[in-house]
Amino acid sequence: MSRKFTRRKFMAATAAGAAAATFKFPAPAIAQATPFKLGLLTIKTGPLAQGGIQMEQGIVTYLKEKNYTFAGRKVEFISADCGGTPAGTKTKAQELIERDKVDTIVGPLAAFELLAITDYIAQQKTPCLSLAAAEDMTQRRPNPYFLRASATSAQAMHPMADYAAKEMKLKRIVTISEDFAFGYEQMGGFQQTFEENGGKIVKKLWPPIVTPDYTPYLAQIADCDGVCHGFAGSNPLRFLKQYAAVGLKYPVVTGETGGDDALLRSFGDEAVGMISSCPYTLDLQNESNKRFIAAMNKDYGVDPGFYCAGLYVNGQVVAAGLEKTGGKSDDKAALMAAMKSVSLTDTPRGPIKFDHLGNVIGDFFIRRVEKSGSKYINKTIKTYHNVSQFWTYDEKKFLSQPVYSRDYPPLKS
Amino acid sequence: MSFWLVLAVNSVTFGGLLFLLSAGFSLIFGLMRIPNLTHGSLFMLGAYIGATCVLGIGDVKVNFWLAALLATLAVAALGALAERFLLRRLPGDQLAQVLVTLGLSFMAADFCLMVWGGDPLNVATPNGLGGFVRFGVLAFPMYRLAIIVIAMIIAVGLWLLLDRTRLGAMIRAGVDDPDMARVVGIRVSQLFTIVFALGAGLAAFAGIIGGPILSVYPGLDQDMLPLALVVVILGGTGSLLGSFVGSIIVGFIYNFGQALLPELAYFVLFLPMLLVLILRPQGLFGRYVP
Repeated sequence: MSRKFTRRKFMAATAAGAAAATFKFPAPAIAQATPFKLGLLTIKTGPLAQGGIQMEQGIVTYLKEKNYTFAGRKVEFISADCGGTPAGTKTKAQELIERDKVDTIVGPLAAFELLAITDYIAQQKTPCLSLAAAEDMTQRRPNPYFLRASATSAQAMHPMADYAAKEMKLKRIVTISEDFAFGYEQMGGFQQTFEENGGKIVKKLWPPIVTPDYTPYLAQIADCDGVCHGFAGSNPLRFLKQYAAVGLKYPVVTGETGGDDALLRSFGDEAVGMISSCPYTLDLQNESNKRFIAAMNKDYGVDPGFYCAGLYVNGQVVAAGLEKTGGKSDDKAALMAAMKSVSLTDTPRGPIKFDHLGNVIGDFFIRRVEKSGSKYINKTIKTYHNVSQFWTYDEKKFLSQPVYSRDYPPLKS
Repeated sequence: MSFWLVLAVNSVTFGGLLFLLSAGFSLIFGLMRIPNLTHGSLFMLGAYIGATCVLGIGDVKVNFWLAALLATLAVAALGALAERFLLRRLPGDQLAQVLVTLGLSFMAADFCLMVWGGDPLNVATPNGLGGFVRFGVLAFPMYRLAIIVIAMIIAVGLWLLLDRTRLGAMIRAGVDDPDMARVVGIRVSQLFTIVFALGAGLAAFAGIIGGPILSVYPGLDQDMLPLALVVVILGGTGSLLGSFVGSIIVGFIYNFGQALLPELAYFVLFLPMLLVLILRPQGLFGRYVP
């Protein structure tokens, strides 16, 4: 039986509605008429603000594109600056959840911030989609309310090592990365895959996060045919400059933070030739990436990088999850399950889905920095499809080995 | 062999950069007893202003050395204003001075983030200094060697200024006994403004000179300030020779410490500072100030 909505019925309904409004009849409860509240935890001040500001640009770009409406519900966006400290992150997360009553949190940026709130978000049953790459958040100590659409620390490094060993034919590599967990996990993943493919890590160097001059470390790079670095923030820029300044010429490979597209506008000639593996690349030719880049160029006058794209994709996941629950967000467990079962084909980083631990399975791009006119670009030279956090390893076996660390895997003598 | 030589030469160049940074800090503390925690910010501000001039405002691109001069003058002027209108109101109150200068440094950091955004700026090595100097098999970047020369020129210039000019004599008198200096007719308050501007300008100059090595990025201020503090505590405040020797020592400790004991890099850097504070609080070349 089909029901036609005629003009007459429409008029009648409108009149009835108008009457109801005029006479203040008790309005029928309309499900989910309240806006969906989306909270952002990011860093807008201090030394880490570069990535944090890009995160906000990414999510705002997506919200604008969707006209601030997910699954027919208005989205209310609340941005919080947690200042890049664990204590600040905890305070802001509490404000977002308890005062603003947000339905979902996107962010924070760094692992040490996420670790400060992981128990709290699980206890509050608030879904959290973060870029923080700490492996165990989706491995040995998974949080059921955590979802990661970007990558674990080592997820980009496994394919990078595969490429370095098989296609670049490198044999002996020195790794250098910041002396903290993100650095250890990146280099550990690289070492495991690289050595399985016949290569050897000859030395691991760990400069402190704040190292104005890398020369004392660069002086120790020798007896190798390649260098793998895992620097983040503005450190890759300084590292490469000083690397070139001391006359080192070994090929350089790196991960998503070291070759971030957003750094291209700061790089100089010394970066040309560097190979990076990243879950996002500017030159991916698909509809959503074109839309995303055009909007970023228009609103902010810059090309987006990995932090922007990460948050844009997070927005897509939240919207798709909400679509699945029919716009309902009261039952957080159902909302979380819906988001985790999302499978998207058109995101700026290509098709994605999630494994049962809440980590993304998606494409990783191997790119080379090249000069094009006066600009530097990352040119994709190989794409690894459907890469999981476990690479090609058996999940059980992978999880039974210790998490990648400063000394795991150990250096072979 | 080459490993040690590279480290040794680099220690001296890094020491040169540290001297440019810390000489101003030492002068300001020596004369005015102000622990100026904005010094790192002045360094960063100089680097940002200089880098902006080099990279070009619109189509106008400025030569590196002219940009360094502009940044130095601009930040010196800012320093003079801060001294005249803020710090002068808090004479002798070190707690208030620490808090005001710390607050100013936070404001400066956010100001830089607002104006320049979070992207690091890449300052190209000035023309003609991009190459290498060869010592036998060893190649060393020419710009780093140039920094040694620049630091020497500035050191000699400052020494002549303090030791051979009337202004220098007045500053030294102010350092030794401000009250007596006032009695003999020296306008110590005016000296304060001059010295603060000079110190600020030196920090800014160090910032832009360091630009091609360090690049310019948010957080540069907090990375450099502790190094300046170590140098000045080690060398002794108010002593030019102290800053110079302290810088070279810290340059060596920094380079060899990080290369030989990477796990203890910071420990090795700050240990001499602790020892000096305990055993010789006035620093290696400082005079005891009651």
